[in-house]
Amino acid sequence: MAVDYATLKKGGFMRQKQKNHFSLRLRVVGGQVTAGQLAKISEVADKYGHGYVHLTSRQGVEIPFIRLEDIDEVKAALAEGNVSPGVCGPRVRTITACQGSETCPNGCIESEKLAEELDQRYFGKELPHKFKFGITGCQNNCLKAEENDLGIKGGLKVDWKKESCINCGLCAKVCREKAITITDGVIEIDREKCNYCGRCAFGCPTDSFDTIPGYIVSFGGLFGNHISKGEPIIPFIEDHDKLMKVCDATIGFFNEHANPGERFKFTIERVGRQELEKAVREAYNS
Amino acid sequence: MADIEIQFDDTVDITDVVCPVTFVKAKVAIEELDDGQILKVHMNDGEPIKNVPRSLKDEGHQILKISENDDGTYDLFVKKVEE
Ligand code: HEM
Ligand code: SF4
Ligand code: SF4
Ligand code: SF4
Repeated sequence: MAVDYATLKKGGFMRQKQKNHFSLRLRVVGGQVTAGQLAKISEVADKYGHGYVHLTSRQGVEIPFIRLEDIDEVKAALAEGNVSPGVCGPRVRTITACQGSETCPNGCIESEKLAEELDQRYFGKELPHKFKFGITGCQNNCLKAEENDLGIKGGLKVDWKKESCINCGLCAKVCREKAITITDGVIEIDREKCNYCGRCAFGCPTDSFDTIPGYIVSFGGLFGNHISKGEPIIPFIEDHDKLMKVCDATIGFFNEHANPGERFKFTIERVGRQELEKAVREAYNS
Repeated sequence: MADIEIQFDDTVDITDVVCPVTFVKAKVAIEELDDGQILKVHMNDGEPIKNVPRSLKDEGHQILKISENDDGTYDLFVKKVEE
């Protein structure tokens, strides 16, 4: 049988050094795996692999030592447990995410939900080269947003509510950006300094801040042979649909302009940052 | 809320422990009060003042006042709110 490695790889089967063996990459969204999926993965690793899995640096799960002749059986077995193969190669990769506001006290956005949504929208989409999304719920950046081609960081836009404030001073104390000043009981937020971390609102003992959750997006990060930090282009995005438009525009830009095998950062450098800026701003302002 | 003296029912000193026992000690103290009673929590600057008020609020209690003492410690007044 002729082995089509490209097709195999698309389906998440990574060729190993060992002849006719593959490490099977699984589809994981935002680092969440159900107990049922884990049980099935465990069963398959035991029966078809070497009884272990490898956890990748981007929240993926791989089952090493799957044999070529077992591939169809393995896929069928995994499907029973609602587990599907992941992808490699030139397409949208695993959407990574922290746990976000669902469980984390510092979370500003629902990272997990957003990961599901981006997964539905883009996962596996064919592009000139790999493209990585990462979502982190707040400035603590547990998920390292700027390592990704497109990084999303949650934030809170805060506004002081005078009525319930007991003037304890905690908000100014917990603000690491020194963006809050209190003069005669009146709180002033320096918008130039504020980084939307939300600490003041979370720390306030009387809930004296109105908060609007939103997104800080970074573009062109990569962390492999070359290392580069994704950089912002547009201001804080308060609106979910606007975020989706910005993501669409970014993917569209990459698809249109990138040479095969060229990472987003190098496309931006070659084509010009101002061109990406134009495309992204258009989406942002629409 | 300027400098009104707050009457309190009990007091706990958490300056002798470190995070996370600070919150645990405050929590144990407030558990022993009745609904509506007021606890004074004496704490250090740093992690305790940043985390303990928030944790008490997250548990549903009402923070009435936080005052800074001359020695850099803080007194927090919290009203117990039963669920
Ligand atoms: C009531 C007790 C505690 C509270 C309220 C608390 C709160 C926090 C907060 C808010 C952070 C995020 C810090 C940031 O903004 O970067 C943090 C990080 C962390 N905490 Fe705690 N913590 C507590 C107890 C502990 C204990 C007992 C340990 C270890 C024995 C611990 C270990 C850590 C570590 C390792 C980090 C990560 C630090 C980093 O990545 O920079 N914490 N904690
Ligand atoms: S990035 Fe923020 S929201 Fe996400 S896990 Fe870390 S602290 Fe929590
Ligand atoms: S959101 Fe963060 S940076 Fe902005 S004022 Fe509040 S604590 Fe300071
Ligand atoms: S933390 Fe809340 S109650 Fe305290 S001064 Fe700031 S806004 Fe007012």
